[in-house]
Amino acid sequence: MTGQSVISVSNLVKKFGSFVANDNLSFEVYEGEIFGFLGANGAGKTTTIRILSGLSEPTSGKVVVAGFDAKKEPEKIKKNIGYMCQKFSLYEDLTVKENITLYGGIYGMSKNLIRERTAMLLEKLSFQAWGDRLISSLPLGFKQKLAFSIAILHEPRIVYLDEPTGGVDPITRRQFWEMIYETAARGITVFVTTHYMDEAEYCDRVSIMNEGRIVALDTPEGLKKSYNASSIEEVFVKIARPK
Amino acid sequence: MRTILYLIRKEFLQIFRNKFIGRAIFGVPIIQMLILVPAVTFEMKNISLCIVDKDMTPESRGLISRLDGSTFFHYRYTTFSESQARQLMNANKCTLVLEIPRGFGKDTGNGIPGRIMASINAINSSTAQLTWAYLNGVLRDYNADIIRQNPGSLSGQPVPIIQVTNRYWYNEKLVYSHYMVPGILGILVTAIGFILAGLNMVREKEIGTIEQINVTPVRKYQFIISKMAPFLIIGLIDLALGMVLGKLFFKVPFEGSVALLFLCSTIFLIAILGFALFISTFAGTQQQFMFIAFFCMIIFILMSGIFTPLESMPGWAQRVDLVNPVAYIMRINRMVILKGSTISDISRDIWSLVAIAVSFTFFAVKRYRKTA
Repeated sequence: MTGQSVISVSNLVKKFGSFVANDNLSFEVYEGEIFGFLGANGAGKTTTIRILSGLSEPTSGKVVVAGFDAKKEPEKIKKNIGYMCQKFSLYEDLTVKENITLYGGIYGMSKNLIRERTAMLLEKLSFQAWGDRLISSLPLGFKQKLAFSIAILHEPRIVYLDEPTGGVDPITRRQFWEMIYETAARGITVFVTTHYMDEAEYCDRVSIMNEGRIVALDTPEGLKKSYNASSIEEVFVKIARPK
Repeated sequence: MRTILYLIRKEFLQIFRNKFIGRAIFGVPIIQMLILVPAVTFEMKNISLCIVDKDMTPESRGLISRLDGSTFFHYRYTTFSESQARQLMNANKCTLVLEIPRGFGKDTGNGIPGRIMASINAINSSTAQLTWAYLNGVLRDYNADIIRQNPGSLSGQPVPIIQVTNRYWYNEKLVYSHYMVPGILGILVTAIGFILAGLNMVREKEIGTIEQINVTPVRKYQFIISKMAPFLIIGLIDLALGMVLGKLFFKVPFEGSVALLFLCSTIFLIAILGFALFISTFAGTQQQFMFIAFFCMIIFILMSGIFTPLESMPGWAQRVDLVNPVAYIMRINRMVILKGSTISDISRDIWSLVAIAVSFTFFAVKRYRKTA
């Protein structure tokens, strides 16, 4: 992976009062890669993602995303990213098509383009019959795939996925990862957090966070080698569980 | 602009997809209008009267029948015991106890002023004052009659030589509902705007959808406008609905320009919506918002002059009302609807409302954070 750096973080600190959620993080994410962001619950992953998306201001340190400084130009960052919340947050009382149209419109896509992409998206997900159904009536797996598709509807440079496969069945999980591969192949950088260690194996590079710090960052192969482990799961347990 | 239209479309879809809200938006104002206008009145009729007549002369009976004959008083009890009269008052069974002492009939007409005692229940001070005023009115007529009947006994009381004729301007027959309709129209628009817009915003926070909006390049003002516009439109439709009801059921004259009313209500609604959205930035849950909103609305409405005249409020309260948009719309509605005031008559109020609307909206946009 020798792409250009699209996310560049150096000495990022985020404090909430006296609580340090992100403790001096430094890392780079390269164009087109699938970057796995691992860590136990409460390790500070969501805080980092929120900062990288311009939703939260860093306390100190330098964060540059898609060429823009997160502290000075968060709104410019927002034009270049897609974001899928940990908590499902499409409008449940709107239909599939209405949600797509809304976000297409917000990103300034033309009417024709919205119509075109909607049709494409529904076909790709084999959702055609579901276009006019309310989101609230869809099963979770469908909702997650739709949320992902909407997050990349405007062809951003980077997409953040915060635990996208939580609570989803294995088949849908597999389809979801196929979507992630496809997205990365189109040149969109995928930044994904997960609890499933098997998913970490699918990433180009993986970072592991513990108590607000990045304690390991390498390719899955590299991590297994340096921790002398047969799987990422083993690596994770070795790191997260204090000796 | 396109972005705003997409957002507004989404709001309308959501509002009318919610069957309950979609209906209540138009149902509530109708009910409010039909219930409040006839119910809220300061006019008093049938004040219950207890008579302690110790005199029992034609003169005392004449006074009693005169009181009973007026529409204000209703002769309910008669007794000879003062303590029983007090018990009736204690039990809230009568508002006025009138005691006519022995000798009343003998004195009147003999140059000696007749004496009676009126005891009034003053738990509600304005009821008490009105009762007293009505009683005085009846007694004045009664006095005049006595003087007329006994020309020889003209001792002290001169027949009044100044004859006053009064006319009530703008509401000649003092029809109470004509006074209330413009006020209720203001209230109805306030409630719709304030509560629905604020709750809508806080709901997005509660369920987390606002996060997905905040991560898009939507501008802050665009989002605030898209939250205001639907409720502005709904508020104006409700106003139209209320005006039609006022015309049909209460025969309110609507002297002034309807276009002017809508212009003022538009500015007013922007002020109220701006305030509601400003408040909503402080609230994390719908419950918190409702609590603050209720508190603010009570203050806005009770201080607006809908029930009590602004002029009689203490000076500091009148100064507070300078930033109370409801006080302006109350005055504007009444002036335009009942007096037919023109835009130049109310230009000061309009400019003040504009200033309030602009500042509240500015604060709402300012306080709304896309990046925490």
